[in-house]
Formats: sequence, structure tokens, C-alpha cells
Amino acid sequence: MTAVIVARGLTKQFGAVLAVDSIDLDVRAGDRYGLLGPNGSGKTTLVRMLLGLVYATRGEIEIMDKPVPRKIGEILPEIGALVEEPAAYPHLSGRANLRLFDAAGPGGRRNRRKRIDDALEKVGLEGIDRRPVKTYSLGMRQRLGLAAALVRQPRLLILDEPGNGLDPRGIRDFRQLLIELNAAGTTIFLSSHLLGEVELLCTRVGILDRGRLVLQQDLAQLQAPTGRIIVESPDAAQVAALLNGRVEASSGGRLVVRHDDPAALNARLVAAGVRVTAMSAQRHSLEEVVLAVTGAGSDQVGGAAADEAAADRAAGGAAADRAAADGGAG
Amino acid sequence: MIAVEQFKLLRRPRTWISIALLCALPVAVAVFIAVTHLAPPPGEGAAFLSAVVQDGSLYPAAALALVLPVFLPVAVALVAGDSIAGEATAGTLRYLLIRPVGRTRLLVAKLVAVITYVLLAVVSVTLTSYLTGVFLFGSKPPEAVGRPGNFQAGIPTGGVQAGSSATSLSGAPLTLVQLLERIAGAVALITVSMLGVAAIALFLSTVTDSVLGAAFGALAVLVGSEVLVTLNAAASIQPYLPTRYWLAWIDFFRQPIFWRDIQRGFGIQLVYVAVFLAAAWANFSTKDVTA
Repeated sequence: MTAVIVARGLTKQFGAVLAVDSIDLDVRAGDRYGLLGPNGSGKTTLVRMLLGLVYATRGEIEIMDKPVPRKIGEILPEIGALVEEPAAYPHLSGRANLRLFDAAGPGGRRNRRKRIDDALEKVGLEGIDRRPVKTYSLGMRQRLGLAAALVRQPRLLILDEPGNGLDPRGIRDFRQLLIELNAAGTTIFLSSHLLGEVELLCTRVGILDRGRLVLQQDLAQLQAPTGRIIVESPDAAQVAALLNGRVEASSGGRLVVRHDDPAALNARLVAAGVRVTAMSAQRHSLEEVVLAVTGAGSDQVGGAAADEAAADRAAGGAAADRAAADGGAG
Repeated sequence: MIAVEQFKLLRRPRTWISIALLCALPVAVAVFIAVTHLAPPPGEGAAFLSAVVQDGSLYPAAALALVLPVFLPVAVALVAGDSIAGEATAGTLRYLLIRPVGRTRLLVAKLVAVITYVLLAVVSVTLTSYLTGVFLFGSKPPEAVGRPGNFQAGIPTGGVQAGSSATSLSGAPLTLVQLLERIAGAVALITVSMLGVAAIALFLSTVTDSVLGAAFGALAVLVGSEVLVTLNAAASIQPYLPTRYWLAWIDFFRQPIFWRDIQRGFGIQLVYVAVFLAAAWANFSTKDVTA
């Protein structure tokens, strides 16, 4: 597969702060690439460098085999992007905004009306009227921002936190839209801190932590079976006795068994008269992977801030689960 | 991109409100004078006000003298200071740049929009005040006016002090064509002076993301310049101050036209425009856009 975005040793320093630290990025044609990372890990700075808004301190970027930022003027017409929040001129209507941005750049006015109508329809805003953008809800603004990114039918979409402000239905529509565009040949690069979103949408993930890319892999590989099977049974003691030594952890009728084939294991347990209520091959969730390779977000100060409490609880809960599994194994 | 910026300027309510306010002040002054017939005596109050009672077609000159010291620079500094910083604050700057609009192109388009605004403002004030003047004071064969002494408190008139007595150059009649030519000349010099303000504000607009910071920064430069212009101890740098020849356009209304300060006024403003536009370009084209 051909590379769409390649970055080598990419570094950005703002004064004393190292926002992005020697990143090697590799996004291939046809990827749905999800860049994950806590707040303040450098996602937005990285996206801005890809788009030529921020200049790298060191390192190089190539997009579609052209160097950034030197040839950025040739690259950007092929890219649709959303950088942080969407933005529009508040006193103009959504359609007038799209026309204005379309007219501002290169490419001419060919099919402008149709292209704008198509983009609005794709994001579910085909019914918008002449109301000015300042009356729009957050979700409508987000949809308008996406429409603006789609007006030129780009080959590469770079989306920074695209799910912001959308309700659950909006997020699902948006996911389906991206999957459709991707199937039609658009490469998608998005950054997000919503693990579930990336897990459902992306084929490949990169994980940023304090400016470093700590992991970059296909999602399928990350979620490959771990060689363990989760067995749920009311007869836990019997299972443990039967599978002598292969049970790594057991708590309240839920056992982690070292085994490769759920079907064979099930047949064996049933043959021995053990009741089985559920059985599945264990896979790492993206959350487990992310928490394992990243530290606390840079906006977390001493872990005591009230607004971090929820994140702490989530992280603490997952850590406790792992601790339980580890303890059972030991 | 230039067309887009023109569209944005002309579609913006602020543009027209500010120009309407600029035009309203001279109209209000004219109404008061016409109602009370209490024009300031020659040598006091704003320039030309004493002369317009005799001849309304001179009122554009008086109107320009009214708006030039404060209102026009404030309006221009706001519009120019808004050009980049305003887009940055609204978040639209990054979307323009990734559309893509080259940074130099964007700056040029903004500059053209600011020039359009300055011309619109100056020409609107000139036209409305001409109509107001002729309507309220009537028109008679205009005459060149002399320099009525130190007509603007705090702002010296500059130029050669010898021969600047109240009556020295007045009296010679001007034809209508001559008057229009001279108004056009005055409009040109004022426009260029305002472009000097605009260039400073545009440069600051690329430095800060705050519209008010950029606009007030430019105004601070003007106020500082005004202070130094009146300070005898600063005489050595006065020829280079941006407001030093702001009032030189009055020399267009002398007979014959007194060219020395007019030329210097054009010269110094063009230097300011060139220097600050170059600085704006250098800063903006190498800047990290993080807004």
C-alpha cells in the first residue's frame, strides 16, 4: 500500500514545552487511522503541522509524496480538514459560508452549487435555510464544518476531534459516512480521545502520550486473541479442578483459562458435565491497550482536580480489573 | 480571494455603521452651525468652519478636518486590526489557510479590503458633507482660504510659520474644477495617511490574536506621535513621525498650492506603509497559526 502521510522525527517545541517529540507517523492509502491520546498529548499540534499551520522545529513530513510545508499549497486542495472546533462567519448562512470558503481557495466555481448541496446532504444539513450560523446549535456547526471539509471531494480527510458536539445518533451517522467515504477511496486520519469511537471506526491506531507516539499498529492486531478464554460457569470449582493449572484467574464464577480454542474447551467442559453460561476468546480492549502504554494526561494536575475525578475512576476501575487478573494468575 | 474579502467587507454591518457614524458627525456640526449661525471665528475651532458659513462647497474640507484627528483613525485601526486577528479569534483563519489560501495572498486581500474601506469612508464623508454644506450654507464662487493660524488645538499646522498669518493666502478665487481637484488631492493625502495607520494595525494584527490589542496598539502609536509632534525637545525626530504631516492636505486649499508638506506627507506615509507591510508579511508568513 502506498503511504499517504509519512512523518520522520517530527518535533515541535513551543518555548520550553516539547509539544511533539520525534514522531514517526505512517498513514497508508485506504487507512482509517485513529490518533488517540489524552488531552494535551500533542494531537492538535501534530494535526496543525500536517496542515502547514504550525511549522515543525525538526523532522520532516511528506503527504502524498510531497514535502510539507514547502509544497503545502499543492497538497491542501486534496485534503479536507476539521481542526478543533468548526468555524464560520456568524452573520452569514451556512450555505453562504460554504460558498465563501469555496471561492476563497483555488479550483474555480465549477459545479459549486451542486458540490455544496451534496456535501450538505451527506452531513444531514440538506434542509438548512437562510438562517445565519450564529443561530446554529453546536451539532449543526459541527456538521457544517464537516460539510466544508467535504465540498472539494478530498482524497484525504484530516479530522481533529470530529465527534465533538454530536449526539449519539449524529456520531453514528457520521461514522457511517466516514466508512462510506473510505470505501469510495478516501483515506481518513482522525484524532480523538474517545476510545470507543476509534475502536468502532478505525482500522489502524496511533497512540500519543506526552508528545511521543508510543504505539502505531493495525487495530485487528491489537485486538487479536490473547490465547486466553473467558469462561463463565456456576461450577467454577469443578472447572478449576478439571483444567488443572490452566486457570489463570477466577472470581465469582468467571475464569480466565489459558487455551486457544473456545469450541474445543466448551466440548470438553460439557462432556465433563460442567454447566457453562458463557464463553469467549479474550481480546484486549483498546482501553486496556491505551492505559497500558500512556501516562496521565497533561491536564491532570496531581490527580486531585474535581473535573478529573471521573477519568480517575474509569482509569482506576480498569486498573483494578487488571490487578485482579494478575493477582489470580500469581 | 480579493473578491471574497471585498464581499466580506461589504456584507458586514459594521462597515456601514461605522461609515454612517463618520458621516453623521460633520452633518450634525453643520446643522448646529446653520441653526445658530455661531461658526467659530477664524483661527479658533476646527479648520475651515469659519469659512463654510460663506461658502458651503468648502464644507468637505471642514468635515475632513473634523473626523481626521480621532474618528477616522479609530475606524481604520479597528478594521485593519481586525483583518488577521479577527479571523484568528473567530477560528476562520485556520480554515482559510487550509482551504488553501496562501498567507501572502490572504494578507494582500486583507490590505485591498482595508484600502477599499478607507476610500469608502473618506469619499463618503466628502460627498455627504459637500451635499450638506451646499444645502445648508449655499454655494458661492469659492475662494482659497488662508491658513487660519493654529486652527487645531494641540496639533500644530506645521509648514513654514512665516507667511502663515490668517489672511496671507486667501482671497484668490477658485473655479469649481480647481476646487474639485483640490478636494481630490486632499482625499488622496488623507487616504494615504490612513493607510499608514492601517499598515501599523495590520502588522499588529498578525502579531496578536486580539482585535482590540491590534487596534489600540496602532492608536497608541498615533497618540504617542501626536505628543512628540507638539514637543519642541523632540524636534529632531519630528519629520519622521507618522502624524507630522497629517494636516498638510490643508495646503491644497491655498493659492498657489503649498507643495512642500504635501510631498513630505505622501513620502513619510509611503515609507510607513512599506515598512509595516513588509513586517506584517515577514511575521505572518513564518508564524505558527495556533488559533
